[in-house]
Amino acid sequence: MVEFALPKNSRPTAGKTWPKPAGAKSVREFRIYRWNPEDGQNPRIDTYFVDMDDCGPMVLDAIIWIKNAVDPTLTFRRSCREGICGSCAMNIDGTNTLACTKDMSSISGAVKIYPLPHMKVIKDLVPDLTTFYAQHASIEPWLKTDTPQPENEWKQSPGDRSKLDGLYECILCACCSTSCPSYWWNGDRYLGPAALLQAYRWLADSRDEGTGDRLDNLEDPFRLYRCHTIMNCAKTCPKGLNPAKAIAEIKNMMIARQA
Amino acid sequence: MAKTDSSPIAHEQRRPLSPHLQVYRFALTMAMSIMHRITGVGLYAGTLLLAWWLIAAATDASSFATANWFMGSILGRLILFGFTWALFHHMLGGVRHFIWDMGYGMEHPEREYLAQGTLIGGAVLTALVWIVAYSVR
Repeated sequence: MVEFALPKNSRPTAGKTWPKPAGAKSVREFRIYRWNPEDGQNPRIDTYFVDMDDCGPMVLDAIIWIKNAVDPTLTFRRSCREGICGSCAMNIDGTNTLACTKDMSSISGAVKIYPLPHMKVIKDLVPDLTTFYAQHASIEPWLKTDTPQPENEWKQSPGDRSKLDGLYECILCACCSTSCPSYWWNGDRYLGPAALLQAYRWLADSRDEGTGDRLDNLEDPFRLYRCHTIMNCAKTCPKGLNPAKAIAEIKNMMIARQA
Repeated sequence: MAKTDSSPIAHEQRRPLSPHLQVYRFALTMAMSIMHRITGVGLYAGTLLLAWWLIAAATDASSFATANWFMGSILGRLILFGFTWALFHHMLGGVRHFIWDMGYGMEHPEREYLAQGTLIGGAVLTALVWIVAYSVR
């Protein structure tokens, strides 16, 4: 359902401004979305100041600095700190990206941080990704074959292998799906760019023999065809992948099999 | 079990929805997508206007004169100008989507070039039609 405004309980209020670090020469302002499931209040926007001389260059460095030096209750996911786990995906400076690979010097003014858009918030910058993962599972992201298993491995030519480039690199951070207005309005029925990119990753795999079933599963007004080529997914992907193009390829496979 | 405030279900129901349109930075292709929708809706209104004009022409001289008077008024011309623009913008948007649907021009910066082309093309074609219309009048 298209609903432009946030529900009443979701509208952020002005939050707390935390004290500036004493004696710091170079200070950067951060405005960060907070929501505590235990206090019964609306979300709020807290303001923090980070000592840039005591902090690494990435946004993740800054929020870890805040958690260590200012406010230990600030909650977010992070793990690898090098753009391969996808945990620290969030909305930074108006765009979804990974906090660990987002250079603070590329942002002008105060750094504004929100959870991934149009998601149920568990706490602060941690969104509920249950549906997102279920959608990934629904495209059956594994090799499906009918022919008997070969004695050694399933073989693939270098040419066929290269068809998976730009697809297999997805880290399921959910930046693309949560940047997509179609996913915002119909995220319960539309699979979203991340799941569809993975769907195409298996459709494009020369070793996979489940193509017909996979396409049958996607032949639906919502699951696949809610993509209206808005292209936010391709613009926001922190790994430089192009889910919009993968979705176009799936639509073309649908047409090709009718002929 | 009675539903209490601390049950997981109550928590889930209280969970806020994170901000979306309110905080998302508009990108060119995103703005063009919503413009395609808006001009598409505008075409419905414009087509009604066209139907009125045609029906009036088929009815009698006085109905046609009324329709013609409205289209020729300042307000009417403004609406027709907007209709012309919506038509060209939406048509070129359709061509852009046709190219994308074939899987071409989806990478950066080609997708931005196509969007810019739609914007400029729509404005140029609209101006051209009105210049020609006024000069042959």
